This record gives sequence, structure tokens and C-alpha cells, in this order.
Amino acid sequence: MSQIHRDDFGSKMGMWLFLFTELLLFGGMFLLYAAYRFAHPAEFVLAAQRLDVTLGTINTIILLTSSLTVVLGIVALQRNSKKLSIFFLSSTLAFGLAFLVNKYFEWGAKIHHGIYPKGPELANMSDGEGLYFGLYYAMTGLHGVHIVVGMIILVFVLVQIFKNRITSDNFVRFENAGLYWHLVDIIWIFLFPLFYLIH
Amino acid sequence: MEQHDTPHKEHTNTGYGIYILVWLGLVSLTLITVSLAGFNLAGLTVVTALLIASVKSTMVINYFMHIKYESVLFKVFIAVCLIIFLVMIILTFFDLTYRPEILTK
Repeated sequence: MSQIHRDDFGSKMGMWLFLFTELLLFGGMFLLYAAYRFAHPAEFVLAAQRLDVTLGTINTIILLTSSLTVVLGIVALQRNSKKLSIFFLSSTLAFGLAFLVNKYFEWGAKIHHGIYPKGPELANMSDGEGLYFGLYYAMTGLHGVHIVVGMIILVFVLVQIFKNRITSDNFVRFENAGLYWHLVDIIWIFLFPLFYLIH
Repeated sequence: MEQHDTPHKEHTNTGYGIYILVWLGLVSLTLITVSLAGFNLAGLTVVTALLIASVKSTMVINYFMHIKYESVLFKVFIAVCLIIFLVMIILTFFDLTYRPEILTK
């Protein structure tokens, strides 16, 4: 067994530092949301009525479950059950895909109703409602991009588990990919009530 | 720094059960926050929604992201990051309260 230098602590610390930059990226957008909602409280409530709470709730539960399967996948790998770990990780990817499919239908319905930049319905709305939908598309869109990136990273992890490059005593890359996925989950935990549950 | 070389060794005993329990808690809190939105809580709607979201995030960070079992250094870093963000929020709202004209063109 050759001695290869490995620093799992440093590796995780690096991942967390990256996550902080992500937090501030979304943080800036949440600040913008707060400022505009502060200026147009009634319009935000009115615009939010057009979102589908049921679909939003289902997507929230899908993402929470996808986060669960990532951790279960790590535990399975730690316990040397490679097959189970691959099963859990594949479920995460399936949940991620399901989330995106729901988002596609959600956005599709909005666009169909003329709610898009320069769209006929959006043109009839007040400034506050326009700002709400601008933020809605920007923030859920950026979040959606993060889901896609997270899925690509998890596919890399899956391949490395297959090839025995990520194993029960070398799984920090799996953990770091998981951290990214959980962060994306946390962002959705805040996006959901702020966009879907305003009354 | 000896214990940091193998940070994963100390938590190999955390089983599936605790994570499933946390997940059940997260799903329950989601359903609670959705049903609470049906009631008219007036000014408290945003506060309760954000409070529940914060509890959910804390659960995800502590258990799913493993911070509960991680070195104290990670916790300090997260705290510093959150304090910076909090300061940004507070300063922005000072500005919005005392100069509301910045939002009306």
C-alpha cells in the first residue's frame, strides 16, 4: 500500500468555503427580494396567488428526500455495501430529475399564461407583480441551474463508486458532493415559503 | 491536529435511523408550514415561515451536512458567514426604513 497524501479535513473545509460564496450569491438575491417585498407588500401577495402551492410542496418533499438518499448513500458506502450506496445515489438523481420535470411544467404553465418578460399577461400587471415574477424566474432559475450542476457532480461520484475510486475508506468526494446538494436543498427551503406561501 | 486526519472515523457509527428521523421531521415541518399559510396570521406569517425554514435548515446543516459531529472550526466559520449576512440584512433595512425613496425611482 503506497502512502498517498490525503487531507480530508482540508478538503471539506475548502468545500465549506465555496458553499459560503454560494450562500452570499443567493443571499444577495434574497436581500433584493426582501427590499422589493418591503416596497410592494400587497402586489407580492397578489402575484403569489398564481403559483401552485401543491406543486411547490411536492417539489419541497422531493428535494428533502433526495438529500436523505445522499446521506444514506454515504452511510451505505461506509458500511461497505457498494450496491446499496449506488441504489441510494441513483434515487437522488431520479429525485433531482423529478424536481426539474415539475419545474418545467410549472414554468411552462406560467409562460403559457403569458407571464414572461414582455409577455401579454405580465404587461398588464403592476410594477410590484412584475418584480415578483422577475425575482421568481431569476431565483428559481438559478436554483434550477444548481440542481443540474449538482446532478452532474453526483453522476461523477456514481462513476467513481463504480470504478472503486470512492470507497468505504476514501469517500470525502462523495461527502463534498453531498454538501453541495444539501446547500441547494437549504436554498429551496427558503425559496418555497417566500414565493409560494405568501398571504 | 491528530484527530483531524481521520474525521470520518468517529462518525462511522451513525446509522440510517437518525437520518430517517431527521427527514421525517423535515417533511412534517414542511406540511406544518404549508397548513399554517392557510391561516391568517397577519404580520406573523413571514416570521413563522422564516422561523420554520430556519429550524429546517439547522436540521439539514447539523445532521445531513454533519456539522454536529465536525470540528468546532466549521461551526465558527458558519457563524461568521451568517453574522456577515445578518449585518447585510440589517444595514439594508436601515436604509429602506430611513430612505424609502430609494425604491420609488
